Amino acid sequence: MIDVFRRLRGFYQPHIRWLYWSLGLLVFATALGLAYPYLLKRIVNQVIIAHHYAQLPTLALMILGAAVLKGGFNWSYQYAGQYFGSHTGYDLRNQLYRKLNRQPFQYYDSVHTGDLMSRMTADLDALRMFLAFGANGLASLVLIVVFGLGLMYSMNVWLAVVVTCLMPILAVTAVRFDNRLHPTYQRIRKTLGVLNSGVQENIMGVRTVKSFAKEDNEISKFQVRNGAYFAANMDATQLWKRFFPFIEFTGNFGVVAIVLVGGWLVMHHQMNLGDLVAFLSVLWTLIWPMSNLGFLLNNLTQAVAAGERLLEILDAPDPLAVTGPAHAAVMRGEVVFSGVSMKYGDEPVMEDVTFTARAGETIALLGLTGAGKSTLVNLLPRFYDVAAGSVQIDGVDVRAWDLQALRRQIAVVFQEPFLFSTTIFSNIAYGNPEATLEAVRQAAAMADAAEFIEQLPDGYHTLVGERGLGLSGGQKQRIALARAILMNPAILVLDDATSAVDMETEYKIQQALQRVMQGRTTFIIAHRISSVKRADQILVLDRGRIVQRGRHEELLADEHGLYRRIFDMQFQDFAAVASAGGSVGALRVLSQRGNGE
Amino acid sequence: MSQAQVVQRPERVYTDAELRAPFIYRDDEALEKKFQLGQMKRLFKYVANHPRLVALALIATLGNLFATLFGPYMVGRAIDGAIGQGMTGALVADAVILLLTYALNYVASHYRIYLTNLLGQTVIQRLREELFSHVQRLSLGFFDERPAGSVLVRIMNDVNSLQDLFTNGVINSITNIFTLVGIVVIMLSLNARLALVTFIIVPIMFVVSTRLTLTIRRAWQQVRLRLSRLNAHLAEAIQGMRVTEAYTRQSENQTFFEGMNRDWMNRFLHAQRVSILFGPMVDLTSAVGSMILFWYGIHLLRAGLVTVGLLVAFANYLGNFWQPISQLGNLYNQLLVAMASSERIFQYLDTEASVKDRLDAEALPEIRGEVAFERVTFEYEPGRRAIEDVSFRAEPGQTIALVGHTGAGKSTVMNLLARFYDPTGGRILVDGHDIREMRSDSLRSQIGIVLQDTFIFSGTILDNIRYGNPAASDDDVMAAACAVYADEFIRELENGYHTEVRERGSRLSMGQRQLLSFARAILADPRILVLDEATASIDTYTEHLIQKGLQVLLAGRTAFVVAHRLSTIREADQILVFDHGHIVERGTHSELMQLRGHYYQLVEAQYQFLA
Repeated sequence: MIDVFRRLRGFYQPHIRWLYWSLGLLVFATALGLAYPYLLKRIVNQVIIAHHYAQLPTLALMILGAAVLKGGFNWSYQYAGQYFGSHTGYDLRNQLYRKLNRQPFQYYDSVHTGDLMSRMTADLDALRMFLAFGANGLASLVLIVVFGLGLMYSMNVWLAVVVTCLMPILAVTAVRFDNRLHPTYQRIRKTLGVLNSGVQENIMGVRTVKSFAKEDNEISKFQVRNGAYFAANMDATQLWKRFFPFIEFTGNFGVVAIVLVGGWLVMHHQMNLGDLVAFLSVLWTLIWPMSNLGFLLNNLTQAVAAGERLLEILDAPDPLAVTGPAHAAVMRGEVVFSGVSMKYGDEPVMEDVTFTARAGETIALLGLTGAGKSTLVNLLPRFYDVAAGSVQIDGVDVRAWDLQALRRQIAVVFQEPFLFSTTIFSNIAYGNPEATLEAVRQAAAMADAAEFIEQLPDGYHTLVGERGLGLSGGQKQRIALARAILMNPAILVLDDATSAVDMETEYKIQQALQRVMQGRTTFIIAHRISSVKRADQILVLDRGRIVQRGRHEELLADEHGLYRRIFDMQFQDFAAVASAGGSVGALRVLSQRGNGE
Repeated sequence: MSQAQVVQRPERVYTDAELRAPFIYRDDEALEKKFQLGQMKRLFKYVANHPRLVALALIATLGNLFATLFGPYMVGRAIDGAIGQGMTGALVADAVILLLTYALNYVASHYRIYLTNLLGQTVIQRLREELFSHVQRLSLGFFDERPAGSVLVRIMNDVNSLQDLFTNGVINSITNIFTLVGIVVIMLSLNARLALVTFIIVPIMFVVSTRLTLTIRRAWQQVRLRLSRLNAHLAEAIQGMRVTEAYTRQSENQTFFEGMNRDWMNRFLHAQRVSILFGPMVDLTSAVGSMILFWYGIHLLRAGLVTVGLLVAFANYLGNFWQPISQLGNLYNQLLVAMASSERIFQYLDTEASVKDRLDAEALPEIRGEVAFERVTFEYEPGRRAIEDVSFRAEPGQTIALVGHTGAGKSTVMNLLARFYDPTGGRILVDGHDIREMRSDSLRSQIGIVLQDTFIFSGTILDNIRYGNPAASDDDVMAAACAVYADEFIRELENGYHTEVRERGSRLSMGQRQLLSFARAILADPRILVLDEATASIDTYTEHLIQKGLQVLLAGRTAFVVAHRLSTIREADQILVFDHGHIVERGTHSELMQLRGHYYQLVEAQYQFLA
């Protein structure tokens, strides 16, 4: 426990004086909390019973004065605590975000978004809450018990003993209650989460639901989840209905005991009436804070566990950290892979890959799913690092390049386009936020996206992403492509980046790219032979190795090669059409099979 | 709140800052609304549906009320009577009565907590179920018109925001009014003059409580708004982290995030400043009350008009004023929130399905699969014709290929056939029955629909294939998967058929998803199949499997295929070529090729891109 707080020291140390202030003010606030019973006692004893009526105005004003002062101290100590907690939380959250922004890709391969989110929200909050009011809450509880019992013992030992007996009962009940409440609340959150994702899935898949006329099934699934959420809430109610009345009754029992014992003492002149009245009023100032003990202790344990989970993020290794002078220069785009091997965990995914791409060449990668095509291109901008061998760009190992300079000059278009919740403009300008509207338009035009964007009522201002306009897969891919083009990269990587657009559009995009990528190096991963056949070099991959390399016509010549097999599978369709329909075009395709032009 | 942002104004002029906003997170709709009696009545019908629960909860609450009023009275009596007069027997008797009162209070609290929560949770559960079931039966058009997120927010958040009102608000407000009246009556009957003087603080309490709680609640609304934006960004940032790193956007995003974070913190601290004011304000008004009580009370005491015990009892009653008053203040706040949420909920409940079965609709008998469109016209919105005067006829077992550019009307034909929408003109016959006269569930259960993008439900592969036919055994599922060549890739998954998958983040490729939907369709074994072929490029091997699977799927059924693959089109019995909502050509592949019209050009174009 101490260890967690010691390791998080850097975050709260700069603000610690606010905690000290809070604790200091707390002592005064607690002490003043006992002023009312004390003044009440004096009013009864001295004014009412001893008839010193002249003291009344002073005592009455003192009640008011004590309330004002106590209020002031209470407010300040709580605010100082909140200030301490939220500033520490603020720094911590910023640092976590910074850290996440620098984590390598393999980190994101192994963690779940949901898990990271719960750390960044629930865990951060648990820690902040402890710093903001858990710490001084515990201190306040101790002070109230010490001061309260002190006052009681100074007034009457016997009555004080009666009240002291109640304290452990309250403490044990409160701790046991909260230990059971905590898992129940987790269950409420969990069942709510299940209900929520169930409804979300249902709405997203509504077309499928309706297609199969499965509305009734979906409603019964919903009823089960809704029922589970209801049951979890009722479980919490079961705990509350036992806890609250019990605490209330214990306090009330104290009242009865004080009236009985105190009354007897007063009747036998062992105690005066004012003390009895004061006892009655101080009792509740002890009872309610005690009922919070369980909550406060739980808060502490949760904060420690939460702190550990946050430290896991903060302490994750930083393999991309800069070590020594880095190479930053204008990239020409010459790529050399020599003897490159690569592993995901212990699983080898690439074995001894060697090739050279001259600046300005187009390299196409072809192969079945899982052959290692994406792995190969991911090594260029160091999304992953090699296990053996080296990847060099312009003669410099990528690991010696300045990471910023490297990535700014290589633009990758991923298989799954990701759009952020903002305007189309900002999405295209994601890597180049200063770009002019004209530049964005041009990039969009080359990606064949300008036409559909300009037809939208809000054009480039249209909001996309999670809650914005729903775009088709092909439209998203074209926006992602425009994003890459706008980077004006020395190396462009298209990782199956036009899979969701139809053939006609893909053809147009390729024509445009040929112009813009003049003199730049391009890597294309694709399934359609038509997309790769114009490449300067085609690398055919199978199970992490290059099994064939060359130009289209060279590869086609190998009757038993993988490339020829893929080609045949794709073109048998057209051969059949041609024979049945006698299309001039189809015959043309067939006649060109051999020369590839 | 931000209604103006949501409405699209065509002539709107945007600033450069709006264009370049790094991220935009829209807030939910209005958070509170003015009080409306009609809506309130409708809302409270949900409570009135449980009269027994309400009655029992009220009885339990009355027990609490009794103890609250009677307890302080007994303490005062003990001090004055028994202790003042020195009567031990009376003191013991008073203590016993007091203990019994508190025992009653214990039992009453126990049941009150249980019953009020049961009532509230039941009402919420039922309301949510009603809303979900209603929305579930709305037509597809309803879902096409709005983002999934906004429907989700209504079913979840809007219903949840009523929870507070139903669990605590309703019963408590009745009790609170009784408590207030009870305290006032008792105090007046004990000593009218002292009571009237101390009542001076009641209006102060009311004002402090309503005004302050309003300020506090609004402050927290602002915090929650900031927090949900912050979390929306975080979730998105994590999901899109690869893009951020690839495009080295880290420092811009860090600046943006820190701005959001600081904004949240400032709002949070502001909310704290007003919230923690509440306790001191309570103390202060109570102190003012005590001051008045003692000042004037002792004046009366000197004149022999009141006793010490009465003063103590009054001090206790004064302390009991706060809770009901602050809770009533809170109720007012809850009502404002409930107005906004319930308005949105009722708006959904009042929406009627645009495709509705007639009351006398009959179940469609087992069909052979003959389909006829007779002069069908459809417009999604008035004036926006999607198809016009479309007629064709499909014999049982035929494959009909629909061909044409995007937006030519192919999807509309599919939507009408599945009765997701009803035609604006003309009629659609299945086995000679007008589908508008039949029950739509009996129609859809005999039509299989394979969408271009297969939706994956969270669950195992088995569950997903079984979706349309939940009674199917595991063996049936596997047989179906085998039949459409999906078995191979499924077995290669880490847990085979028992692999857990879900819509987002599932590692299934487009091609694999399509094979899965073939298996799903063949297991449901429909007479009519509607299929939208994927345009996506799929790796060659999977593509090969899809083509083989497709042949199996189409065999022996009437099939409508929005086709992109030449092989599929070529084998169709009839090809319908769509252009701008009309059928411009129809016939077989060879007939249409010889025609050298639209179809010929489409095919030619395909070759051109391939070459």
